[in-house]
Amino acid sequence: MNKVILIIKREFITRVRKKSFIIMTILGPLLFAGVFILPVWLAMRDSGNIRTIEVDDDSGLFVNKLEETSNLRFIYVNVEDDKLFEHTMQTNNYGVLHIPNAEIDDLRQVVFYAKSNPGMEVKDDIRRAVNKELENIKLNRSGLSRDEVNQLKGNVSVSATVVTETGEKSGSAEIATAMGYIGALLIYFFIFLFGAQVMRGVIEEKTNRIVEIIVSSVRPFQLMMGKVVGVALVGLTQFILWMALTVGIVQFAKNYFTVDQFEQGKEQIEAVSPQRAEAAQNFEFIFEQVNSLPLGTIFVAFIFYFLGGYFLYGALFAAVGSAADSDTDTQQFMLPITIPLIVSVVTLSAVINEPEGPLAFWLSIIPLTSPVVMMMRLPFIVPTWQLILSMALLVLCFFFTTWMAGKIYRIGILAHGAKVNYRVLWKWLVSKN
Amino acid sequence: MNILTTHSIYKSYSNHIALQDISLSVPRQSIFGLLGPNGAGKTTLIRIINQIIAADKGEIYFNGEKLGSRHIENIGYLPEERGLYRKMKVGEHLLYLAQLKGLNKRDAYEKIKSWFTKLEIKGWWNKKIEDLSKGMQQKIQFIATVLHEPALIILDEPFSGFDPVNVQLIIDRIHELREKGSTIIFSTHRMESVEELCDYIALINKSRTILEGAKKDIKATYKSNTFIVEHKHDFRFANPESFALVEKERLDDNYFRSTIRILNGESPNKLLQSLIDLTEVHSFTEKIPSMHEIFIAKVKEEIPS
Repeated sequence: MNKVILIIKREFITRVRKKSFIIMTILGPLLFAGVFILPVWLAMRDSGNIRTIEVDDDSGLFVNKLEETSNLRFIYVNVEDDKLFEHTMQTNNYGVLHIPNAEIDDLRQVVFYAKSNPGMEVKDDIRRAVNKELENIKLNRSGLSRDEVNQLKGNVSVSATVVTETGEKSGSAEIATAMGYIGALLIYFFIFLFGAQVMRGVIEEKTNRIVEIIVSSVRPFQLMMGKVVGVALVGLTQFILWMALTVGIVQFAKNYFTVDQFEQGKEQIEAVSPQRAEAAQNFEFIFEQVNSLPLGTIFVAFIFYFLGGYFLYGALFAAVGSAADSDTDTQQFMLPITIPLIVSVVTLSAVINEPEGPLAFWLSIIPLTSPVVMMMRLPFIVPTWQLILSMALLVLCFFFTTWMAGKIYRIGILAHGAKVNYRVLWKWLVSKN
Repeated sequence: MNILTTHSIYKSYSNHIALQDISLSVPRQSIFGLLGPNGAGKTTLIRIINQIIAADKGEIYFNGEKLGSRHIENIGYLPEERGLYRKMKVGEHLLYLAQLKGLNKRDAYEKIKSWFTKLEIKGWWNKKIEDLSKGMQQKIQFIATVLHEPALIILDEPFSGFDPVNVQLIIDRIHELREKGSTIIFSTHRMESVEELCDYIALINKSRTILEGAKKDIKATYKSNTFIVEHKHDFRFANPESFALVEKERLDDNYFRSTIRILNGESPNKLLQSLIDLTEVHSFTEKIPSMHEIFIAKVKEEIPS
């Protein structure tokens, strides 16, 4: 037992000390936090950058009527049609919007002249401003006001409320989906990343020829388990660091938005930058929604499936490594390992559509796919018996794969230069000693 | 007293038989040569002794006790295929291997330090393995094998890939370790390389032991009463019923080397006396067969059966 701890310690320390581990640990949270913060930041980005657009309205319908946005200002000019190019080149403003002389019902296209290609956002803002004014004119013509039209529109949203024994919770399918995806993909990603680390570690020991020295001191099974557990601890450490750093960064970003809002006064900030106020509200909303999920269960289940899924596959990765002399040799044996993992990720979108359906049920019970698929289902509330069944099967299957891998491993690590195929693997598996 | 005895070890793999009825006795504080051509089964036997793999049949006793996992700490093993973790530092690597053999950290540290002094590599603690040359790595591997002061040291093809300086260094250390009480098992297919080192020898061929015992006894059995004489002037025996000329080689104009077998229970002294009368003797040595020759003879002997 002491020796296994020694092996775990070595595997852990040599990996945590690597530069790639440190870089990944810092980059990961930046990426995650980026997913949270980027949309907000993008919305805010243009708020300080106001563009002035000259409007040459030959129809005379829009003069002084286009609604300005926080980013766009309109001034109205008159330019001869054949001097538009020249004028665009000379003006200091962002660009010239040419509205042709046309009747209301015939106006199909306006042209925006600028010295550089305008972004999607500017084009959208212009389109919206022109169309809105066009609508106003048309509404006026039919004798309706905008308020009346707004009243005519259906305006019902669906608020899902999940009823549990502890009380009701408002739920958002979008947030649940996002949470499910994050959990499922993280587990998928971790199994592959750290499973491959186990495999490469085994190949390294084998090609290095250190393995025979080690197994003269410990049993091959101890060496294999030491490596698998050591790498699991590396993964867990990395995950915990990621979580801590991500929460830190998001918390910081959240404070930044809300404190700003507080200092400047709500009206003021809304006047200057409605997006920023909206962003702050969005943040509040997202946090509220996330808190409404069964977070405790999700977290505990995540750690369980994270470790369970990894152990299930980790030993198999070790067995594949033991049968190979180099990375390229592993490909033929990787297929049966990767297929269930890929299946579980590919079916995720089908699982979201029907989190209680038969596909979701079976894939979240079968151990090879359950770690990924169950994480997707959990935010949508899973019956306890299903969760327990899935976890129990995972543990059973883990014992089975580890036993199987151990049998292949103990022979594989000492077999150099042998041509290994599935038949040879089978022989190793059934041989007695 | 034997440190290690094996009784009728059998081992077969799916497509071939590796060991059949191997019974050996390794006397304590001996240097024991496990000799035989490639593929004879030496490495399989060594792996079984190291408990890396299990025998199909047969028993092994270590110091009179049935071999078990508690004996792992008493054995030091330098495998034929050997290497180290390239990314680790020399000091921590040796600490790791020593701890796996059951040493505690402080003892291991002290012992590594003293070996560093002995092999004149004091400043190496923080060097990375991958920065060492092959010869340097071999020194580290050897230290790792003997660091825990095992009663039994097993060296599988120890000199393959070692440079001559390291070979001598290791031979010196081996004698030193034996003086201190260790037993050493050498395994090699290059019989001539360790012949002089060993006191006991076992010859393995095609999964079977074909010869085992003290080297001097084996050699005595295979002595053929043949002598090599270098002499001036050619001669002819007057009594061909006592001495037979096996071979004569002309080394120089009037200088010869003759191989002579003594027949009919005559003594070497008699041969020398007769020679002195016949010619001018420059050298007179008994022809002792090498292990290789014995091996060939033994294999040939077995073919008819």
